[in-house]
Amino acid sequence: MSGKTLYDKIWDTHVAHEAEDGTCLLYIDRHLVHEVTSPQAFEGLRMAGRPVRRPDQTIAVPDHNVPTTLGRENPDQMTEDSRIQVAALDKNAKDFGIHYYPVTDVRQGIVHIVGPEQGWTLPGMTVVCGDSHTATHGAFGALAHGIGTSEVEHVLATQTLIQKKSKNMKVEITGKLRPGVTAKDITLSVIGATGTAGGTGYVIEYCGEAIRDLSMEGRMTVCNMAIEGGARAGLIAPDEKTFAYVQGRPHAPKGAQYEAALAWWKTLYSDDDAHWDKVITIKGEDIAPVVTWGTSPEDVLPITDVVPAPESFSGGKVEAARRSIEYMGLTPGQKLSDIEIDTVFIGSCTNGRIEDLRAAAEILKGKKIKVKRAMVVPGSGLVRAQAEEEGLADIFKEAGFEWRMAGCSMCLAMNPDQLSEGERCASTSNRNFEGRQGYKGRTHLVSPAMAAAAAITGHLTDVREMI
Amino acid sequence: MEKFTKLTGIAAPMPLVNIDTDMIIPKVFLKTIKRSGLGVNLFDEMRYDRQGNEIEDFVLNKPAYRDAQILVAGDNFGCGSSREHAPWALLDFGIRCVISTSFADIFYNNCFKNGILPIVLPQEDVDKLMDDAERGANATVTVDLENQTITGPDGGEIAFEVDPWRKHCLLNGLDDIGLTLEKGASIDAYEAKMAQDRPWV
Repeated sequence: MSGKTLYDKIWDTHVAHEAEDGTCLLYIDRHLVHEVTSPQAFEGLRMAGRPVRRPDQTIAVPDHNVPTTLGRENPDQMTEDSRIQVAALDKNAKDFGIHYYPVTDVRQGIVHIVGPEQGWTLPGMTVVCGDSHTATHGAFGALAHGIGTSEVEHVLATQTLIQKKSKNMKVEITGKLRPGVTAKDITLSVIGATGTAGGTGYVIEYCGEAIRDLSMEGRMTVCNMAIEGGARAGLIAPDEKTFAYVQGRPHAPKGAQYEAALAWWKTLYSDDDAHWDKVITIKGEDIAPVVTWGTSPEDVLPITDVVPAPESFSGGKVEAARRSIEYMGLTPGQKLSDIEIDTVFIGSCTNGRIEDLRAAAEILKGKKIKVKRAMVVPGSGLVRAQAEEEGLADIFKEAGFEWRMAGCSMCLAMNPDQLSEGERCASTSNRNFEGRQGYKGRTHLVSPAMAAAAAITGHLTDVREMI
Repeated sequence: MEKFTKLTGIAAPMPLVNIDTDMIIPKVFLKTIKRSGLGVNLFDEMRYDRQGNEIEDFVLNKPAYRDAQILVAGDNFGCGSSREHAPWALLDFGIRCVISTSFADIFYNNCFKNGILPIVLPQEDVDKLMDDAERGANATVTVDLENQTITGPDGGEIAFEVDPWRKHCLLNGLDDIGLTLEKGASIDAYEAKMAQDRPWV
């Protein structure tokens, strides 16, 4: 019998019930909740007279709708429907007795940044949230994935999910990354190689020297976009970096419990003889700083490349590429580094952590922006405070960036931070879909360093020319 | 949840690949705290211009497809955001079945929770149904969940696979939470064991 993958081990530890056909009730250790995908779930509980089974394992924070401007405590800054949604979360958190970080709390931020920061996310856990970017928490060797609102209600009521096991996929990034290449370039390059449906039906484990070399922040960036490759979840086996990150966080175990947890966490890796249903290997040295040119995260190319011709694709992708290029206002053959940028957005659950802000500030130091507008939206109030303490906020402000409060902001533009029609943005977020950042807005996904480089030159730029 | 047994209706063709949930229901409509009423905004940015006028050549605006109950779609339908507003919008419009070569995982799960049947078929079968759908109102398709068959306008039959448990729940309109709560003893036992094995959780 072959060994187990990390996913197999976490799965086996969490099966609370297995039916004859293999359908399982998977126990959920942490349930994260935000204001957009939860109101209907709480309403369902109320109508059925059901309590939240484990309020002590349920954590809520408003992030999608909240304004990121100063003085946002003033409810007039929100539209009526946003206000109703945030007020509903306030009320649901109170009525059902779950952990809550309201908008006035310095710990408030994007749910996927707050969870790890507060020590809620630990190795070997199952973590779910009504949000596809829950995959982020896989960086800790936790099985973490997004769910729909019906499943949110199911977890609230039963602390379990009805699941069938996914297949195992290994994505290995060998060797070292070249200078100027970051975690964002890894994760986009993987999607470029596999396509947005390449991971459908799988849980991905990222491994290899280039992954091991990443900080916890970088690993979160990689796992965050597993969903953009179609995978249910992305995982990275925990190691000393993981343990060091977790230790001492407010909700991490302490003392003897920490030691007991650590002993178990050290068993969380894929066995050498584990079975993989699919394996992808990419050389770290082959990865370049990349940008997206189209309206799907798989539309990825190195910054040194040109806008492709639709005819260079096959099947349904030909028409999709034609539509994308028209939507993006580009011309096949145009150099990617000639694309002029109006706006730069640095933030999101993909790239809103302290290391991301440091990487961008490093490029921006002493420079001025050439784009029409640029904003930094830290991923949490604590990231914001740390960046101010480190002097990063001053670098951003002196360069001409707006320095905002924490939230999802222009990643999905549910709050007032939106692109206007035709406005072109270099964005550190995760989706370049049509209309994602605003009606008819145009998004190029990039790393924080590449976003900073574009801000300085006013066009998409190879950051390697600046380091 | 409404039962799904046998559906005979007009199939609308949407051959575009990677139709994401932002396209199905743009974020401006996610600020609702209800499940209903989203049908009018289904595919909003493809379906209406900025003034709110219908865009004539969008498939669901064409007279033949205004009452469509089935979508035949390009690969990787429903990718992106986990928003269940996407199946809610489809259902509210009247779509009860989506056929494609593949679906994104979360969207696929969300469909079953709302009485929508997502069907995965090989490319050649989807191509055939796409051709049928192009024929418009003259071409109705019958989806029979009990027998797991799709019958085209020319009488040709295509078989499809579906998870037996999910089929059972759809056929009977069963609510997952009620069924899981019947297994409460297993969850209690798991939590008791977890308190021993992983007390830090």
